[in-house]
Amino acid sequence: MAGDIKIHIQNFGLRYSDGTESLHDITLDIYARQINVLFGPAGGGKSTLLRAMNRLNDLTDVVEQTGHILLDGEDITRPGYDIVRLRRRVGIVFARPVVLPMSIYRNITYGLELAGIRDKATLDAAVTRSLQQSALWEEVHDRLGDPAHALSGGQQQRLCLARVLALQPEVILLDEPTSGLDPISTAKIETTMQELKSDYTFVIVPHSVQQAARVADWASFFLQGELIEHGVGREMFLKPKHTRTEDYITGRFG
Amino acid sequence: MTDQHEGQPKRSLSWVEFLIERAIQVSGISAIILVVLIFLFLIKEGTPAFMEVPLSGLFATRWYPIEGYYGLLPLIMGSLIVTIGAAVVSLPLGLATAIFIAEIAPDWVRNILKPFVEVLAGIPSVVIGFIGMLVFAPLIRVTLDIPTGLTAFTGVLLLAWMALPTVVSVAEDVLDAVPKTYRDAGLALGMTRWQVIWRIVLPAGRSGVLMALMLGVGRAIGETMTVMMVTGNAARMPVGLRDFFMPVRTMTATIAAEMGEVAHGSPHYHVLFAVGLTLFVITFAVNIAAASVVFRQVKRAERMLA
Amino acid sequence: MTRTKPPRLSRQTSQRIAFALITLAAIVVVAPIFFIVGYIVYQGISAISWEFLTAYPHNGMKEGGLLPAIVGTLWLTLGTAVVAVPIGIGAAIYLSEYAKDNALTRAIRVAIINLAGIPSVVYGLFGLGLFVIFLNFGTSILAGSLTLGIMTLPVIISTAEEALRAVPQSFRLVSVSLGGTRWQTIRRVVLPQALPGIITGVILGLERAAGETAPILFTVAAFFLPRLPKSIFDQTMALPYHLFVISTQVPGMPIHIQYGTALVLLIFVLSMNVLATLIRNHYRKQRFW
Repeated sequence: MAGDIKIHIQNFGLRYSDGTESLHDITLDIYARQINVLFGPAGGGKSTLLRAMNRLNDLTDVVEQTGHILLDGEDITRPGYDIVRLRRRVGIVFARPVVLPMSIYRNITYGLELAGIRDKATLDAAVTRSLQQSALWEEVHDRLGDPAHALSGGQQQRLCLARVLALQPEVILLDEPTSGLDPISTAKIETTMQELKSDYTFVIVPHSVQQAARVADWASFFLQGELIEHGVGREMFLKPKHTRTEDYITGRFG
Repeated sequence: MTDQHEGQPKRSLSWVEFLIERAIQVSGISAIILVVLIFLFLIKEGTPAFMEVPLSGLFATRWYPIEGYYGLLPLIMGSLIVTIGAAVVSLPLGLATAIFIAEIAPDWVRNILKPFVEVLAGIPSVVIGFIGMLVFAPLIRVTLDIPTGLTAFTGVLLLAWMALPTVVSVAEDVLDAVPKTYRDAGLALGMTRWQVIWRIVLPAGRSGVLMALMLGVGRAIGETMTVMMVTGNAARMPVGLRDFFMPVRTMTATIAAEMGEVAHGSPHYHVLFAVGLTLFVITFAVNIAAASVVFRQVKRAERMLA
Repeated sequence: MTRTKPPRLSRQTSQRIAFALITLAAIVVVAPIFFIVGYIVYQGISAISWEFLTAYPHNGMKEGGLLPAIVGTLWLTLGTAVVAVPIGIGAAIYLSEYAKDNALTRAIRVAIINLAGIPSVVYGLFGLGLFVIFLNFGTSILAGSLTLGIMTLPVIISTAEEALRAVPQSFRLVSVSLGGTRWQTIRRVVLPQALPGIITGVILGLERAAGETAPILFTVAAFFLPRLPKSIFDQTMALPYHLFVISTQVPGMPIHIQYGTALVLLIFVLSMNVLATLIRNHYRKQRFW
């Protein structure tokens, strides 16, 4: 079921200024219009790799980055690459829902306004579409002017997703997007992903093995900065090739 | 799938951004530029003094500019006496007030006290000088039965009081910085609250207390209007303990009192700038020293100092 | 140190004595504030009248009002703000949002600490040397505002930086991840959130400037000038200097006028203090982060 390669990661490695090596020589393909899962125990470098895909690591103390990441064949790691444009093409949802201190409406239009879009009709349409996509429309359509921080945690996280969807990115990165959420909100977000994957490429760091197994079209198992195994999700969770993957999936270590 | 608004990032916007970010960077280094500029100007206007007046004339005990006597020693001694005195008085008072606010006072008292200490920081020094001159100095004269209340001692008390917001604020930060686990450990061992403060909290905050002292000194040595109004301004060489209860004249007061009257470019003008240069160098040294003691705790202190 | 001597006083007694002394010290510190403010109000209130605030001084300043001094202090406060606010906030943004942890940043911090420590009278000398004489602005509101502005800069930088740093890092991360540039992030998210704190700091800084005497002695202040300044190149009277003049330089000055002047200055300055506190408390309650 291999499709188009959306992101190609080539011999990618990364070290922090405190000397710790976060990622070691990763080579991996992310497939377009699929749910790509990066999983493994904490500290394995999954989030770091996720953030490398829209260069958010630029904000932290990264000492050394080796290798390349290609988005549609274009090297996004090269110096001088237009990062602002990259981040509009590759959106991210973080583990903890962080709504900006403004209204629900402005939270969603924020990214569009940054891109210079002022047209009210365009903004309205984007708000409606992205709220519907993220299954939040029913709950908030009559109070778009309310401050976003008045929403519940689950609603806030769906708002964060809507905020990304408003930009119509090509790739959506999700960093443990349901870690603090109740099962119902978690289910809503997982359903949203399934519904939207015909249009978007998802890369998700799940918050549990169970979630990984539920959503993965493609799965990659990370352990201490190394990619141990990569393959079709269903196959890997039924029949992992490596003993360490199997040990982790079956809960022998966490 | 490219979206409909691609290619729109406006060039004009990034031009504005470019200019704004340059302006921010220039503002960022403005402090360095200004310190250097101030230093250079003090040197430019102050160093001619060393050509015009022989060193032996500057390091003499007689300050009488009208007749060409520019001995700086009485002024330096005056500043030293008042400053050291103020520091000695304000450190224990400030420390005690900080302990009171941080450790002893109930919440409602603390909520009243903190703004009041800030009010103290906000009272203009000319107002404190004014009250010192009209109310405080006569009180000292009568109480101590001395010829005039405008003495070094009067200046010391008022300066100590004025330096308190700085000392209290730094000391409070110091007390806050001592981890709660230290206190809990002490209390768990059956120490009283006072023993915890005296034997654990204060020793743990030693370096911060030292810094509070230095910043208080920095504040006191630069104070101008209050000292000018309450210390009597007699440029005499203090020799004994008795002189503590006599008028003195500080470096700051000398500049403030005489600069308005001198001709630009005269030796007197240059000597006053040299006095300013001396003050600059002293406060520079004191502040560098204080900053290097505990850089982390400086934030509030520098706000109080201004 | 390992052996403890048998205590003379019981531990409870020594705690009681220590706490009593400390409380006494706190009272010694705080009581004079009440006294000074109260005494000035008591002595000065009789001088306050509409005329006192709106008339020109006459008869050797022994009669009339404070109008030129009040207006002058307003001019200087405004001038200080014009000089110090843009540069101060700019520097704070630089330190909080742009500066890396390197030698330049440390040098800037050292410079700010030293700027804060320079005696106010030395600022006066500097203003005289640079603005009045070298740049030939003369004794003027311009020269005085520049001098006071530079003196106020470290206060504004420190408080504004603190306010900017208090804005959660996650807001910046979100804004950047949505394609925001650094400046867009600052302007649309960080600055609006930090604004109340910045305003509080600015007011506290201006409060200091409004009450200062030494920096304006040789740069702007006029002993007696019974007219209002027409431009920034004019000299002006100012409240703090006026109080100094009438209390030390003018023999036979009626005492209630002296206290009245001190009261007006105190109200001017302390109302800014109260305003700053109100703004801070108001927004602290509203903030959800």
